[in-house]
Amino acid sequence: MLRSVRVIAEDFDVGVEWSALRTALHGGSGAIAAFCGLVRDRVDQETVTTLTLEHYPGMTEPSIEAIIDRAEARWPLDAVWVIHRVGALSPADQIVLVLTASAHRDAAFAGCEFVMDYLKTDAVFWKKETRGGVSHWVESTHADRRRASDWDAPGK
Amino acid sequence: MIAVRFFASLRDAVGTAGLDLGSSRMPADLDGLLCVLRERLDGEAYAAITGASVRIAVNQTLVEGNAALTAGDEVAFLPPVTGG
Repeated sequence: MLRSVRVIAEDFDVGVEWSALRTALHGGSGAIAAFCGLVRDRVDQETVTTLTLEHYPGMTEPSIEAIIDRAEARWPLDAVWVIHRVGALSPADQIVLVLTASAHRDAAFAGCEFVMDYLKTDAVFWKKETRGGVSHWVESTHADRRRASDWDAPGK
Repeated sequence: MIAVRFFASLRDAVGTAGLDLGSSRMPADLDGLLCVLRERLDGEAYAAITGASVRIAVNQTLVEGNAALTAGDEVAFLPPVTGG
């Protein structure tokens, strides 16, 4: 399986990544699924001016690799590529890109959603929001933890 | 020497990104390290880093409960993650 994990400060180009992955595949893949997360400009009716992402170099990358390991064990994936940005971001900026490839769309869609759900709960990043000139650390949400843990529910 | 690191909200709570615990009083395990930190930090900071949701990593690997420490180890205090 092709895999790529990049934690970077600079922006990325989805088209370039898509083409690079499509070129790297060897013809057996019938589907690429993509998810790109963006910075929202409003949270709780307040304007967000900056979203700052912090990570722990040396621990963050393995935490993403572990998520990909689980996805690979679960679906017949040909590729999982993850790019996650760090540093100060502005509204509408790209934060994260997940690309998955598989022979069929079911595994590509499911693998992409699974990796994204666990990036929220298991990948070592912290977000700090600045709203109205005041900065505060974003708290993890029950909804995010529930989404991830639902993958272990019977029938999934 | 043990390198102690605090991330995100815990860095703000403690007021520093990290501190080195010198060889004169090097703790043998995590419990010992917490004893040293209890003396070094103010009550509010110590409460923050020992909160129920805080996870501890030794050399970038999460640990549960107590763990032995040796010179050169890096111990990190991690608040709940919020990536993606």
